[in-house]
Order: sequence, then structure tokens, then C-alpha cells
Amino acid sequence: MTRYTIRRLLQAVPLLLILSAMLFFLANEMGDPLASFGGRRRIKSADRERLTRQLGLDKPIAVQYVIWLAGNDWMMVDLDGDGTPDEYGTRKGIIRGDFGYSFMEKRPVLEIISERFKNTMILMLTTEVVVIIFSLIIGIYSALRQYSVIDNVVTTISFIGYSMPVFWLALILMYLFAVNFKKWGLPYLPTIGMYDLAVGPTFSQIALHLILPVTTMSVISMAGYSRYVRSQMLEVINQDYIRTAYAKGLPERMVLLGHALKNASLPLVTIIGLDLPFLISGAVVTESIFAWPGMGRLFWDAVQDTDIPVLMAVLVIVALLVVVFQIITDIAYTFLDPRIRYS
Amino acid sequence: MTTAEITLDITDRPPLTPGQIAIRRFRRHKMAIAGVILLLGVVLFVIVGSIIISEADSNFIDLEARLSPPSLEHPFGTDNVGRDILARTIYGGQISIIIGLLAVVISIVLGVLVGAISGYYGGFIDSILMRFTEAMFNIPSLFLLIILAKMLAGKIPTFTFWGRSFSGSVIVIICVIGLTSWMYLARIVRANVLSLKEQEFVTAARCIGASNLSIIFAHILPNTLAPIIVSATLQVAGSIISEAYVSFLGVGVQPPTATWGNLLDQAYHHLESEPWMWFFPGMFILFTVLSINFIGDGLRDAMDPRALVDVN
Amino acid sequence: MEPLLELQNLVVKFHTLNGVVNAVNGVSYSVETGKTLGIVGESGCGKSVSVLSIMGLIPDPPGKIAGGKILFNGEDLLTYENRQMESIRGARISMIFQDPMTSLNPVLTIGKQISESMELHLALSQKEAQGRSLELLSLLGIPNPKERFNDYPHQFSGGMRQRVMIAMALSCNPDILIADEPTTALDVTIQAQILELTKRLQGEMGMAIIWITHDLAVIAELADRVSVMYAGYIVEEADVFDLYDSPRHPYTLALLKSLPSVDRRRAHERLATIPGSPPDGIAVFPGCPLAPRCHFMVERCLHENPKLKTIGLNHKIACWVNVNTGKEI
Repeated sequence: MTRYTIRRLLQAVPLLLILSAMLFFLANEMGDPLASFGGRRRIKSADRERLTRQLGLDKPIAVQYVIWLAGNDWMMVDLDGDGTPDEYGTRKGIIRGDFGYSFMEKRPVLEIISERFKNTMILMLTTEVVVIIFSLIIGIYSALRQYSVIDNVVTTISFIGYSMPVFWLALILMYLFAVNFKKWGLPYLPTIGMYDLAVGPTFSQIALHLILPVTTMSVISMAGYSRYVRSQMLEVINQDYIRTAYAKGLPERMVLLGHALKNASLPLVTIIGLDLPFLISGAVVTESIFAWPGMGRLFWDAVQDTDIPVLMAVLVIVALLVVVFQIITDIAYTFLDPRIRYS
Repeated sequence: MTTAEITLDITDRPPLTPGQIAIRRFRRHKMAIAGVILLLGVVLFVIVGSIIISEADSNFIDLEARLSPPSLEHPFGTDNVGRDILARTIYGGQISIIIGLLAVVISIVLGVLVGAISGYYGGFIDSILMRFTEAMFNIPSLFLLIILAKMLAGKIPTFTFWGRSFSGSVIVIICVIGLTSWMYLARIVRANVLSLKEQEFVTAARCIGASNLSIIFAHILPNTLAPIIVSATLQVAGSIISEAYVSFLGVGVQPPTATWGNLLDQAYHHLESEPWMWFFPGMFILFTVLSINFIGDGLRDAMDPRALVDVN
Repeated sequence: MEPLLELQNLVVKFHTLNGVVNAVNGVSYSVETGKTLGIVGESGCGKSVSVLSIMGLIPDPPGKIAGGKILFNGEDLLTYENRQMESIRGARISMIFQDPMTSLNPVLTIGKQISESMELHLALSQKEAQGRSLELLSLLGIPNPKERFNDYPHQFSGGMRQRVMIAMALSCNPDILIADEPTTALDVTIQAQILELTKRLQGEMGMAIIWITHDLAVIAELADRVSVMYAGYIVEEADVFDLYDSPRHPYTLALLKSLPSVDRRRAHERLATIPGSPPDGIAVFPGCPLAPRCHFMVERCLHENPKLKTIGLNHKIACWVNVNTGKEI
């Protein structure tokens, strides 16, 4: 088992290298990295030249990539921008955990990310829990009452939820629960940020601010997952061993929860595990609309500002998470399915 | 008394072709039929609407009528510079749907090529192609979309086609969406090709001297049509949504060319006061994508070889 | 002797998209304590449906029990609520199924699956149930029961799995064991072992058995009494020796003839088959359902469906023709 894990991790390395190279190239082609360097002011051309040399932007892209990856403290660079490389660089490179400095905020990227990562986690994990619970309930219920009116209604609603652009749903929810509730004098939900700045990041504040974004994100996910749970349950319910369970005189609840669900939930684990890292990309739009200070929004801002260190950092972290979660899910599945664990 | 002469013709029915079975099963799928009707409705709206209302009307700026709510004159209201939203929804719909279709064409071509070549030739080519596919899979497509869209923004100038002018960003978006959505199909096609190429009809084809190319395209691929068709259908829906996302974020199709997505982008700043600006384009996206998803679901059920039940 | 279980004129229909399938058309049979009833017939003749009705496991929809009674100890099971049936299933009447590969839950240990019924029906604690399970496992000839208790179904061979199923079924000491083609999916040597085992267990535990098969050789081994079914009807019913000595229904005859013979003198003969295929159950045909395929068919067979009639000692057939003379009765 450990050998398998190590082998998978090693296989992931060239994948990540290829990925990061591709992305690095794309990110640099995306626009002018120095466009936002001066903040609101345009950079003077003399400064621009200096900065270009200092940041190593005048080097070929392949070299820039290697520096980004492995740092430049082992080579001579032009740190003061005067045209002559006369000092050793200070960057250690991604491999050693140095994600560089944000072009925009002039802070270590790692610092920015750790702040935002936490916030995205709060949003994502809450969403995921809500999605799992409701998808299971809806999916199981639909499977049991196949073709009934409720099943058809639920299926249709699932399709609708699945076919909506997330931001449209967000707009509707915002319009209804924030704007109109306010107008009608009802208690309304906040739509901006993680907490009310005046009150501070208390649990209840965050919880309150979580309601709209989580609802938005979970409706879309739930639509897909509940359909999946439903189809898995349907497949399982028609299996012979369920008939055997009934033939033993087991009551319906025991058959469903003890026998059926165990089988139906196995593939669900896989789906959830693989999907989890992609929630971050779903968060891009939601976080932007609700001004939630998370990684999705960070990505978006970095794109707009062409803040390459931040951009690459987010991309690499997400890619890493995707690969890691694939391995985790694989292992979890082998663990949970006795047919694989004991074969 | 010979028994062979007595036959009950009740059990004598001519067998149906797979195509006929699929069509019958599709027809039984009520939601799929509803989807077809809905989609026809949207398409009619977009086509007939553009005959009734000219494009000039949709771009007509009328500052006096700006931000007015739905009325007889402007059934969907007007936007921030007074353009009629109904007209822009019609023309925006054309663009959104066309983008959806063309992007899928690119995606299908890429997906089938990569999948077929990978599956058929195997070996080194397969390894490389699959590594590449996997790498692309590992990046959330929205990220990739955004980066590529920004990268290629402005590179293609405004062009005219059939007497109308379109922003170059339309082509950009079509390519970008196409280039980021082929991977799923590639995997499926590859898996099917892998299993099909071991079958005897392929050996037979080789025996009569068919070239590799003809084996792939004339023999193997036709047998894997079902997942291609289903995937293509569902991807049209996905592409329309992707375009909406990208345009909403501002890196998609640029104004004045309207799409449902960028109509929503403009509406974002008028959330509270002018809900009609985002409500109607969004509804149309919903209708279109919903109907395509229904149809795709029906197609999937209809063509699923596993569920080949007697359909009499 | 009072029958333990008696089916009276059971009628079961399935309402499918293609029409109403008449799966069981007025079937009656019974079984006594300690005896074995064999039910023989082709696939689709309704034998499985009739026993699933006893267990109350006919899916509704699309299935509907349209008539008849199922008397168990004098009470009509068809009037029972599901909750009442739950206390019968697995406890008083148990069932084992054809495919041991798919009939066991792959993600639960076999030990758990055996103990479950006992914990439920006999209110045993987990430990007590486990103890009894281990006893059952060794009774059924499974080696190393203690280690195997925590194994999963896929770690057993087909024959072993079927033994586990039997252990499960017998765990609460049922009055009746229903076996729906349990050896069809197993190879012949294993089949022989299972039959041997079943006979021994019946001797020790004294339950009644209803054994369904399409294999006449199995019936000869195990059954006391046999019912032959075709197209949802019982066409012949007799004590096992009578059936083999003097089969009286054309269908039974044909089945017996189609058995491959070990007799070297017949080694070069073509295997006899029954031409044609059984009706699909949807089409309504006024005459005997076997008529189109029957060697002995006469005009009356095409218009009237014969009822089951007693013709000898405990021997009933449903036919218009005397197969020994070829003439109408």
C-alpha cells in the first residue's frame, strides 16, 4: 500500500512539471506582467526597464520558468537593476516552498494565500457538507419512489439547478433575500464579504454571511450529485443481494441503510473526492459576486492584474490538490471496498 | 401431426434496427420530448426574432429611455444606454448558441482524433497523448478558460460575416472553449477504440487490406457513435454555460457584440434597481441549457446498449 | 397429513409496458413437514414467481397477486401485512437463490450476514449470534469457521458461497426452506455435494423443502413429490417415483426424453428437444398453452385448456390425451 502511494506520488511529479510549465507559459503570454506593478500609477519607462531586469523578465521564458521552479540563489542576477548581474539571487523557487512576491501587493505570496485559503476552505467545506447530506436524502428518496410524482418533480428541479449559471442563481438569491427582504422590512441576508467589519469575524457573523454563497454553490452541486446518488441507489436496489436481505425478513430501513447504502455510497466517495479540488474553480464566480475573500477571488484578481507569482501559486496549489486528492480517493476506495482490500 | 406447421404469429415480429429502437426509446422519455419542444421554442425565438427586429435596433442607443422597466415598447426593458433588451436577447442568443455549437465542433474533432489515435496506435503515442490529456484534466477548466481568453483577447479583430459585424472575441471564445473541453470525449473514445479494435470485424477488415485510416474512420468510429452523440449534445449545453461564465467575468465576448453572458455582466452593476437586465438573458440561458440537458439525457437513455430491452 | 403450506389457485399477473403477463394461472400445490416438493419447468414457466409470492417478494408494481390463497399453518399469507411477513421471512420460511455470486452482499462479511437474521428474529446478542453462526458454518462443512467468519463473499468459491446462503437460511430453524435453482450456477460435482448436504440437514432439522429446478436429475435425488409447470399452469403432479415410472403428460415425457443418456447404446442418437418456445405470457390463447409444440395435440387442445385431473393414486395431469394410447381421454 505504501509502495503504491509512493509510486503514484512519483508519477505525479512529471505531470505537475509539465502542467506548471504549460501554465507558466500561458500566464506570461496573458498580458503585461508589469501592467499593475505601479498600483494605480503607470510605470515610468526607466523604472520599467529597471524592474524588468530586477524581476528577470528579460530572460527567455524557459529560464524564467526554471528560476520560478528552482530559485535563483545559485546564480548571479541583477538585483539592483543596473544592468550587471553581480549578486546572488534571493529566490528559492517553488520546489523549496518559495512562492515569490506578489507583483501587486508586494507581499510574499504564501502569506496572501494562507489567508485566503482558510476562507475558501470555510466556504467549500460547508458547501460540501450541505451537498452531501441533501444529495443523499434527495437521491435515496427519489430512488425509492421511482417514477412517482415527487421523483419527477425532484428530477426536474435537479435539472433546472444543474442548468443554471451559478451567477444567475446568485443574482436571484441576492435580489430576493437581500434586496427585497430589506425593502419589505424582513430580516435580510448580507451579501458582501465574510463578516460585518464593524462587528468582526465572529462565528455568527461568518455563519450569516455564509448562507447566500453556500446556498448558491450547493444548489448547483446538489443537482448533479442527487441524480448520481439516485442512479447508484437504483442500481443497487435491483441487485440480488437486496432481494436476499428482504428474504431474510429484514425491515426496509435496515435493508436500505445497512445493505443498500453501503454499496451505493462507495462510488459517491470517489466522485466527491475527485470533485473537491474543483470546487475552488467554482468558487471563482461565487466569491467574486459575494466579495468573499477566498482563493477563487484571488485567482480572478491575479488574472486581472497579471500578477504572475500569485497566479502561478494558485494554479500550482490547485493542480497539486487535484493530484493529491486523486491519490487519496484511490486509496480511500481500496480501503472501503472489501473486494479490493482483500483480493 | 407435425407441430412445425402450427405457428402462433403473435410472436412473429420483424426485428428493429438499433436506430429505430433508439428513436422509440427517446420518444418514450417525456422529459426529452419536453426538451425538444423547449429548445425549438428558443431557436424559433432567436431566428424569428431576428427577422422581425433588425440588428441595428438591438444596438440602438437611446439615452432617454435608459434603464426603463419592461413596457409595451420594450417588453424586456432597456439597459444602461437605452438599448432594448428584448432585441439584445434575441441577437445575443444567436451568438451564444452559435458559439456553443461551433465550440463543440472543435471539441468533438479534437476529442475524437486524440481518442482514436491514442486508442488505435497505442504505445508511445498513447502515453504522450494521455499524459497531455490528463494534465489538461487536472486544471479546472474555468481557470484555463479565463487564462486563455485573456491571453488571446484582442488578437483577432472585428470581422464581418454575412453582412453583420462581430467582435473578434467571438472567434477567440469559440476556440478557447473548444480547446478546453475535448478531454472527456477523448477518454471515452479511446476506451471504446481499445475494446473495439480487438474485435473480429477489425481483423477481417485488415485481412482485406483496409488501411489503418479507413479502419479507424469507416469501421471503428461508427461503432462508438453513441457516446459521441450524447457527449456532443451535453457539451453544447456546457459550452453555452462556459461562454456565459467567461463573458460574465468580462473576458469573454466583448461588446457591442451581445451574448447572453455579457448582457449579464453589464447587469451586475444594476442588480437591485434594474433586475430585468439580468433576469431575461439568464432565463434564456436556463431554458436553452435545460432543454439540451433533457435531450442529452434522453439520448443517453435511448442509446445505452446495456439497457437493450425488448421494445415492442 | 395436514399440509404445512398450501397454495390454492394462485394467480399472479405482471403489468408491463408490453402488456399484462399472466405469470401464474391458478396454481395449487402443497408441502408437508419434513417432505420435499420439487417444482420443475422451463425458464419463465412461473415456478419462481409462485414461490416469491409465498415470501411476499413480488414487486408491486408491476406485479399483482390477482387471486388465490397461500395457507401457512392455516393462515392465508396473502392477507398478511408486510410487517407480519417480515416476521415470517427468514424465520419461519426461508429462501435461497440461484446465483450465490450476486445473492450475497459484497461489502458485508458473511459472518455479519448470517448473524443478522438471528439477531433480528431470535433476539440474540451479537456474541450469541456469532457463536451460533460458527456452529452453522461447521455444520455446513466450511473449514476454519472462526477465520472465515470475517471474510467477504468474494473470498469464497461458488459452492462455499451457496453453503453460506444455506447457513443464512437455516439459521433461525425455519419450518420451510424454499430453494430456487440453487445449484444451477454450480458445477456438477459441487451440485452433488450440495444436494447431499441438503438431504442430511433435512434429516437433522426436519424442515420441509420446496426445491425448484429445471433439471430432472436433481428432482430424482431430492424430491418426495413433484409438480411440473408450464406457462404458468401445473401440468402434472405426482410422487417422484410415479413420475419417473409412468409420466403421463406430454410435457413431462418430452422433458424426460430430452435428458442426455449415459447409455452407450443411445450415444449416437440426437438429443431430443421440444421444438418451438414457450408462450410469452401476454398473448391470450384459448387452448392448452403447450398445443403448438405438442406431439400429441388433437383438435380439442386448440380450443379448450384442460384442467388438472386426478388419474391415478396421487397422480394428476392436465391433458386431453392419453399419452400411452394417443387417444383422447
